[in-house]
Amino acid sequence: MSDARTPAPERPAPAATVAEARGLARTFDLRRPLAERLLRRDAPRAIPAVQDVSFAIARGRTLALVGESGCGKTTLARLMVGLETPTRGSARVAGVDVHATLAGPADAARALRRRMQMIFQDPFASLDPRWRIGDIVAEPLLEQGLIPPAQAHERVTALLASVGLAGADVRRFPHQFSGGQRQRISIARAIATSPEFLVCDEPTSALDVSVQAQVLNLLVDLQRERALTMLFISHNLVVVRYVADDVGVMYLGRLVELAPRGELFGAPRHPYTRMLLAAVPDVHGARRERAPVQGDASDPLAPPPGCAFHPRCPHANARCRVERPELRDSGGVHVACHAVEEGRL
Amino acid sequence: MTGPLLEVRDLRVEFATRRGTLRALDGVTFDIAAGEILGVVGESGAGKSLTGAAIIGLVEPPGRVSGGQVLLESQRIDDLPREAMRLVRGRRIGAIFQDPLTSLNPLHTIGHQLVETLRTHLPLSAAQARERAIELLRQVGMPAPQARLAQYPHEFSGGMRQRVVIALALAGEPRLIVADEPTTALDVAAQAQIIRLLRGLAQAHAVSVMLITHDMGVIAETCDRVAVMYAGRIVENGPVDEVIRRPAHPYTAGLMASVPTLHGDGRRLAQIAGALPDLDAIPSGCAFHPRCPKASPRCAEERPELALVRRTRAACWWPIVEPGAA
Repeated sequence: MSDARTPAPERPAPAATVAEARGLARTFDLRRPLAERLLRRDAPRAIPAVQDVSFAIARGRTLALVGESGCGKTTLARLMVGLETPTRGSARVAGVDVHATLAGPADAARALRRRMQMIFQDPFASLDPRWRIGDIVAEPLLEQGLIPPAQAHERVTALLASVGLAGADVRRFPHQFSGGQRQRISIARAIATSPEFLVCDEPTSALDVSVQAQVLNLLVDLQRERALTMLFISHNLVVVRYVADDVGVMYLGRLVELAPRGELFGAPRHPYTRMLLAAVPDVHGARRERAPVQGDASDPLAPPPGCAFHPRCPHANARCRVERPELRDSGGVHVACHAVEEGRL
Repeated sequence: MTGPLLEVRDLRVEFATRRGTLRALDGVTFDIAAGEILGVVGESGAGKSLTGAAIIGLVEPPGRVSGGQVLLESQRIDDLPREAMRLVRGRRIGAIFQDPLTSLNPLHTIGHQLVETLRTHLPLSAAQARERAIELLRQVGMPAPQARLAQYPHEFSGGMRQRVVIALALAGEPRLIVADEPTTALDVAAQAQIIRLLRGLAQAHAVSVMLITHDMGVIAETCDRVAVMYAGRIVENGPVDEVIRRPAHPYTAGLMASVPTLHGDGRRLAQIAGALPDLDAIPSGCAFHPRCPKASPRCAEERPELALVRRTRAACWWPIVEPGAA
């Protein structure tokens, strides 16, 4: 805990990097209360939700993280904006350590909060039902003291217009909007303070396909106009293809592949990435038989030794069962796989 | 000559609200042949789940079926008394819902639940029912079925739970399975497994499936035919390849274009302008006309009915007829 609050030794990131994870890890303690534990003699139970994740996102770029439910992608998103505290490692945004800054002097913490924002999956849960839309969107501006209250209406109207909503909507309440419109409101609120870094956690998973297309297009447009740096979390590889510059694939808390979008979709390296791609239902390959998928994800409470993917991997051998592969760089593509490294795959 | 397994004729469902009566289904008509998998797609509020609920007699108040007929093997089932309908459900129609946990009792082992269900529908002894339960679990691809009978729902993964639900739906040896978003709560890997399973069952046992989903990819790989719903009506109904590759209704075309795919180089998805209408403000004529790029004055006045366009049927005054398409 305390080591996470101490700023890491200063090694300035390359000028263009806006967001960076350095060996980030987060373990959740699932033990029962002490008394119950003594009575039942429970073994300690901890979920290593995120383990040793490192990446850097350059200004104006989008990194997408994909993986099945329980792979740690949402925890990682929350770590990056300081909603979770890392067990090890650090998150850096706009040149400062996120957790040290948020725990430090109020001025610096507030300045950092203005520069990073998050959009959540559920547009029904993330907006306060008792607030009018105008107040919801104006709140971060006023809280940050970025504008005098008298100018709030004008700014909010402009922000709503930029996400395709009408100025008259400021008087309405969240329940008067559809899911897609609510997600637009969340986006308007998130970009209100002109952040540099925007984290989107499954922003379209709760939306219908035609609404999803509208929201994805909106995010891509806003990113271009405002040179936003984005971390985009999704369980859906196909969606990621439309927004990402780089794609990271997570499995049981670790990055197993990190590659530019074209490489990842054109020449996936890791067997898990290949499996995910093969399992994608594809509208234009009607009646295509999907590749058989092996097994379910392992229990995150007891991740398999060696490479965590080995029980489902068709290429696993003795080494994979005992030795965990490191994420290695080969020509810009990072892969954690013995089979790839040994040239077996 | 045998007729279709399921015939739905001019089905209407209304909701009485303070603002008056809302018509949620407005004249839904379609058939499902024996052994056929019909996909029903549409966006939230289009009426696809309600169509499924109306067929299995589970429309909840304040909703009510206000018109039309549902025939299963040429026999009307929409006017059956509650008890008789309860027997039809389970014995002749199996139901699978999105969240497997809602269909399973957390307090009983899955063996207990399967045996109970089997003995409700079939004249089996406890020992016979147990044998049959193991057989059903094997059919739905459950590894080590004998050992898993003694386990409780929480001991299964999401994909395995949905297999148990499918085994339960199959227990009464139904002719039709109504599956409402059966893969939506599952990871992509488990999703692929469930889809294979449904297709295998339809082929091996000549079970018909009505597969309700918003996921066009799932429809593409699973179904023989697909019905597209918009604002409480079917706007297109045809063979799956035809509807996906050469849709005749402009709404279907817009919907297909907005589906993200692994192909093509575009970084922008096509989008349909506007939003789905509210039930209390469904546009006149063709409900899609305010959003339709091909709309004419006629579209706002006269409601189109389904009519043959090539090999598909579309409810549209200006269907898309590709030049050169036979």
